[in-house]
Amino acid sequence: MLSALFFYLFATILVGAGFMVIAAKNPVHAVLYLILAFFNAAGLFVLLGAEFLAMILVVVYVGAVMVLFLFVVMMLDVDFAELRAGFIKYLPVGATVGLLLLVELILILGAWATAPETVAEAPTPPAVDISNTEALGLILYTRYVYLFEAAGLILLVAMVGAIVLTLHHKRDVKRQSISQQVQRTRAESVELVNVETGRGLS
Amino acid sequence: MTIGLSHYLTVAAILFTLGIFGIFLNRKNVIVILMSVELMLLAVNLNLVAFSAFHADLVGQIFAMIVLTVAAAEAAIGLAIVVVYFRNRGTIDVAEIDLLKG
Repeated sequence: MLSALFFYLFATILVGAGFMVIAAKNPVHAVLYLILAFFNAAGLFVLLGAEFLAMILVVVYVGAVMVLFLFVVMMLDVDFAELRAGFIKYLPVGATVGLLLLVELILILGAWATAPETVAEAPTPPAVDISNTEALGLILYTRYVYLFEAAGLILLVAMVGAIVLTLHHKRDVKRQSISQQVQRTRAESVELVNVETGRGLS
Repeated sequence: MTIGLSHYLTVAAILFTLGIFGIFLNRKNVIVILMSVELMLLAVNLNLVAFSAFHADLVGQIFAMIVLTVAAAEAAIGLAIVVVYFRNRGTIDVAEIDLLKG
């Protein structure tokens, strides 16, 4: 009973926040609503018994990706009012496509039934006496270790790609070259001049 | 009143539809389009975790983790492209991204 109450609470806020993400006038508000949506999705994950994914969602998604979004929205000096010009124009076609898709999805879900024998034959039996995190680790680092390493490679490529895309050197700025500094010798930097007494340097 | 699989699937379906709706509504603003894609990926994750929980099969949660990884990479690359584009053109209007037009 309590879990049903919490399900409806999280689901309602999740859908409401999702709607506000696409309807908010200010993109900063949209990002904040998306953060709210992620928190409530994490709540639903906890209700489903997937605590580890809930924590990943809060720590990695809200903590890193959404902050990145917020950072970019605040860094770019964009006239957002101008970008919303076609909002009303696209409303009918968007609503039509969205409603059609929603009706189709709900029709599919209404007819959904799971064969009971597939549940019994699930390849990983439910973890009874270990935590969700431990159970995930037990199969992630053994059977799915290649998938895990591929995920690491994807993150590496994304990191290198983001740095390559955004890094640029300004041409007119003088920069320090450490190797040149270290390789300087006495001969090329100091010159001894023998000055005659009383003549001065000309 | 028990909460079954179909409840979770319905929430995910509504969220996914909202994501698609958002792409149609904010056709000019790349950042909101990226956020709509995040919303759709969240709906997919909700589906995966719900099936994983109700079918007692942890592989769904492994897959949801991979989807999270790819979504994070996609957000990072997408935002990097937006920043570079804004630096070159001074706008993030999707309709004006036609530099490659023949």
